Amino acid sequence: MHRLIALLLLLVLALPASQARADAVDDAYEALSASALTISPASFESVRQGVEQLAASGDPRAAAVIGALHDGLLYAREDNALFIQQPDGTYVDARTGAPAADVTDDDVHTVRVNNAVRSAIDAALGSLQLFAPDAPTRLQAASAVFTSHDPAALPALDKALVKETDSGVRRRMEQARAAALLSSSDASETDRLAAVATLRARGDIDARGFLGSLSGQPPAVAAAAATAIIAIDRQLELWSLLQSVYYGLSLGSVLLLAAAGLAITFGVMGVINMAHGEMVMIGAYVTFMVQQFMHAYLPGLYPASLLFAVPLAFLVSGAIGVVIERSLIRWLYGRPLETLLATWGLSLVLQQAVRSIFGANNRDVDTPAWMSGATQLGGLTLTWNRMYIILFAIIVLAALMAALRFTSLGLRMRAVTQNRRMAAAMGIRTPWIDALTFGLGSGVAGMAGVALSQIDNVSPNLGQGYIIDSFMVVVFGGVGNLWGTTLGALTLGIVNKFLEPVAGAVLAKIVVLVLLIMFIQRRPRGMFPLKGRAVET
Amino acid sequence: MNVGDTLLYLDGVTVTFDGFRALNALSLYLEKGEMRAVIGPNGAGKTTMMDVITGKTRPDTGRVVFDAHTDLTRMDEPAIAALGIGRKFQKPTVFEPHTVWDNLLLALAGDRRPTFSLWARETPAERERIEEILVTTRLTEARQRRAGDLSHGQKQWLEIGMLLAQEPQLLLVDEPVAGMTDAETEQTAELLREINRTRSVVVVEHDMAFVRALDVKVTVLHEGAVLSEGSIDHVSEDPRVIEVYLGR
Amino acid sequence: MTLERSTYLTLLLVLGGALALAVLNQATDAGSALHVPTYVIALAGKYLCFAMLALAVDLVWGFAGILSLGHAAFFALGGYAMGMYLMRQIGTRGVYGNAMLPDFMVFLGWHELPWYWHGFEWFGFALLMVVLVPGVLALVFGYLAFRSRVTGVYLSIMTQALTYALLLAFFRNDMGFGGNNGLTDFKDILGFNVQADFTRSALLVVSALFLCGQFLLARFVVQSRFGKVLIAVRDTESRTRFLGYRPESYKLVVWVLSAVMAGIGGALYVPQVGIINPSEFSPANSIEAVIWVAVGGRGTLVGAILGAVLVNFGKTWFTGALPELWLYALGALFIFVTLFLPRGVMGLFARRRKLAPEPEVETPATAAAHEVTG
Ligand SMILES: Nc1ncnc2c1ncn2[C@@H]1O[C@H](COP(=O)(O)OP(=O)(O)OP(=O)(O)O)[C@@H](O)[C@H]1O
Ligand SMILES: [Mg+2]
Repeated sequence: MHRLIALLLLLVLALPASQARADAVDDAYEALSASALTISPASFESVRQGVEQLAASGDPRAAAVIGALHDGLLYAREDNALFIQQPDGTYVDARTGAPAADVTDDDVHTVRVNNAVRSAIDAALGSLQLFAPDAPTRLQAASAVFTSHDPAALPALDKALVKETDSGVRRRMEQARAAALLSSSDASETDRLAAVATLRARGDIDARGFLGSLSGQPPAVAAAAATAIIAIDRQLELWSLLQSVYYGLSLGSVLLLAAAGLAITFGVMGVINMAHGEMVMIGAYVTFMVQQFMHAYLPGLYPASLLFAVPLAFLVSGAIGVVIERSLIRWLYGRPLETLLATWGLSLVLQQAVRSIFGANNRDVDTPAWMSGATQLGGLTLTWNRMYIILFAIIVLAALMAALRFTSLGLRMRAVTQNRRMAAAMGIRTPWIDALTFGLGSGVAGMAGVALSQIDNVSPNLGQGYIIDSFMVVVFGGVGNLWGTTLGALTLGIVNKFLEPVAGAVLAKIVVLVLLIMFIQRRPRGMFPLKGRAVET
Repeated sequence: MNVGDTLLYLDGVTVTFDGFRALNALSLYLEKGEMRAVIGPNGAGKTTMMDVITGKTRPDTGRVVFDAHTDLTRMDEPAIAALGIGRKFQKPTVFEPHTVWDNLLLALAGDRRPTFSLWARETPAERERIEEILVTTRLTEARQRRAGDLSHGQKQWLEIGMLLAQEPQLLLVDEPVAGMTDAETEQTAELLREINRTRSVVVVEHDMAFVRALDVKVTVLHEGAVLSEGSIDHVSEDPRVIEVYLGR
Repeated sequence: MTLERSTYLTLLLVLGGALALAVLNQATDAGSALHVPTYVIALAGKYLCFAMLALAVDLVWGFAGILSLGHAAFFALGGYAMGMYLMRQIGTRGVYGNAMLPDFMVFLGWHELPWYWHGFEWFGFALLMVVLVPGVLALVFGYLAFRSRVTGVYLSIMTQALTYALLLAFFRNDMGFGGNNGLTDFKDILGFNVQADFTRSALLVVSALFLCGQFLLARFVVQSRFGKVLIAVRDTESRTRFLGYRPESYKLVVWVLSAVMAGIGGALYVPQVGIINPSEFSPANSIEAVIWVAVGGRGTLVGAILGAVLVNFGKTWFTGALPELWLYALGALFIFVTLFLPRGVMGLFARRRKLAPEPEVETPATAAAHEVTG
């Protein structure tokens, strides 16, 4: 009962308002037809005002009409009635949208526009979208208004703000309103100051640009804008710093993934495996093959292909690693320099083999939909694939540490690497442990290959690009220490990304290499050196 | 004690490895011309003490003074060797690919700089000296053999020979008779006593018969510090030494 | 100094061979059965330059135990120094006809010769730089590395990083060394046309002379007392310290000498192949040089020369006949030599008197035994 009364009351109150609005709309439509019939400055001015009025009126047909005007499809009859030409050449009534079958080309004239009208149309279209039913369109419209910061959009903005429910869109509209307000000639100083505060809160490069372009403001407002600019600059700097950290972290995780396997084979076993990069490369090719297979036979699972590729790459590279250890490396224990040469030879063979099988060209590995795109976090752009790689690196590292610490294989591995003869005497079959340890390191490299296939070209040379960096990471971090490797990788990644804007990518790399060379000379055993007598000889 | 007579003087030397005290405020005096035997259980810090003296390990605290005024803790291995401190390692370490002759030649006292050794020619004096040492160390027959091919005992002798060739003021000899027969042990003791006529010697050894044969002052190390010091009879009666080292 | 047979033979083969090739190229007509075509001359000259690089690598690896994975950098630096001289000799004959600036600088829109290009118009200055640039780089790098006792694999990886950094640097156009394309289109050297048969034959003979000179020098070094200390350092570095030697200064001397030798090889290489570009810095090149030495026999100077010539001859043949198989062959060579021929081809001759006593092979057992070294 109460509801009904309330509704009635509302109707009664709203009636005069809607009546007034209808009048305004009529005027607007009438004004629009002016330039179709006579061409004069006054008629264009009339059209321009018509556009603005119509846009501000909230009339549901406004968007269609002004859009038609924009496209040159709005026509007027002698009696000021307006029609929109359809793509098929027929006409509809502009006011109602009803087909007007009796209207022919001869009856109507194009509503002409000049530059002033055109910019009014653009602004109007922008503000009209403010009332669109879907939020993304409204957001876009608000951004467009912000860019144009045309004071004419103010009424529309005010109206839209009343109705807006989405907080994100609302914020953007307020910012647009602030920009428009500052651009208008008759806003009060308090309003202006509030507007500056709004823009300062927005704090991005656009807000800064707009504030920087302001002129003719009252002194207090100009001062507020100047401080706002400084504040925004500081904030932007912070964001770009964070962005660099993010890039650095993501590069660091890539390095970490590439180096984690090496931390096992080189760091723990002391084997210099120059074919480590090729284990990574093989992992990437496994990803390629898994995708090809799924594409052909299991298209339904295609989006999850990477999840299958990870264990498979681990197994394939790991198995190859075991074979390498049994057939080659075990003959060379204790002869690091010879191992280096032999495994380098092996890397040449593996590269050439892959080249023979798959060709020398890059292979396409898809990034699944759930890994593409990016998300915005404040001023940070976080790309999903990099996020996943960081995550993946963390998981791999954690799994590796757990495997070394908590499994019996891990225990035996550590025993063998610490004192081979003692371990053998205690009944540990050291040859098998060696093979499995090497297989583990290689398998981890294979998993790294899956990740790298997402950000790098899958080609036979894939591994080559990472081998020097990986060794640097392991040596920098301190051999035989996974934490050191982690810290080494992240440090190198971040330093690299911080140098890049200053020095350029290539020079940054050179600088990092030189710094590393100098670092190793200062601390020949890395950040976290192994201690004890074993390392002295 | 008169400082002028002291050749080597360790004062409160402490060495820690990851929190483990290998040497614990060790103090030790060695007089000029003295021979000292150092004994102690495994891990007592005997080798570490030699590492400190020869510059291989830097002590955390303490001073190591040589010849009354040279602080060894500030110097590196070659500089200390150049002062006249020679060392034989616990595990015999010779230049395996070289002949016995060349091993001795490289050890001979003289200019160690590349600029010298590039042009150096064997002089008659050098040859004479090497021959002498070969006789002393009973390696005359083996002079052209590859050092790596020598027996364990021969390597020990060769290393002692190299030590002699260096003509040091002070010899640090770590377990010289390990792996030697009784006869060889005796000969070694003989040799050391002879060396001691002109030079000071510190010998580390577990072989009590050998230590007894040397008949010199004995220092017993335990857990990085001096447990007991005195004649062999004195220390072997010390109940603490019996407890930790000699056994009942 | 007595010269043993292998030394005589090497000198004879290198010098005699080069002279014979040169004479047969110059004194016979193209149609004659005895005629040696010019491409063979160029190829032989290239091999001899590689042999100098191999000799340099062997000197540090075979005798001082420093496995350099960056020696091609010194070779390339020497090559660039010579290349800069050759560029300046082009004068106005370049595409752009600029008397001062090499073509690539005009192309980049530069107006002035960078300061470090001055002086290279003089042959003597260029020669000085051929020696100084690799020498000084080696001096700085070696001083830092050896002083901080960086050894073994760590040192190898650092040398690789060094050449990698240089590779990246020389790829940059604004370094002023022709970027990606490097230096090429040379016209003449000391007034002789670099393309002419006579010049090529002469360069071959000069290379042979330099190789023999380097060989004798290296032989002198390793047979001196210095060389004995070096071998002692190679196998038991810490022991030499307790004898009063400073291993770092021994290594530094031989390291710098070796770098200069490699640089000279590079300087002779460039006029004979007609180009120098950044790919010469690629780590793969340095490692290949190491395998030449391993094939010939590490620690034997003759072996280094032999290995360089053998492997490069094989490479020429393979890349002509079976190009896809070359990398397989090279890779297999690395593996085969390290596993089955640790003393290289020279080891097959199993001579009693070896130039350098062979290093002890370390097994896990001996490695463990080292842990108890006092
Ligand atoms: N570099 C090192 N790192 C860690 N610990 C060490 C190191 N050097 C020595 N130690 C430890 O210091 C202690 C003393 O060792 P040292 O070799 O001096 O004993 P020692 O008296 O010579 O024993 P032995 O009679 O067995 O030769 C030992 O516990 C050893 O493990
Ligand atoms: Mg000991």
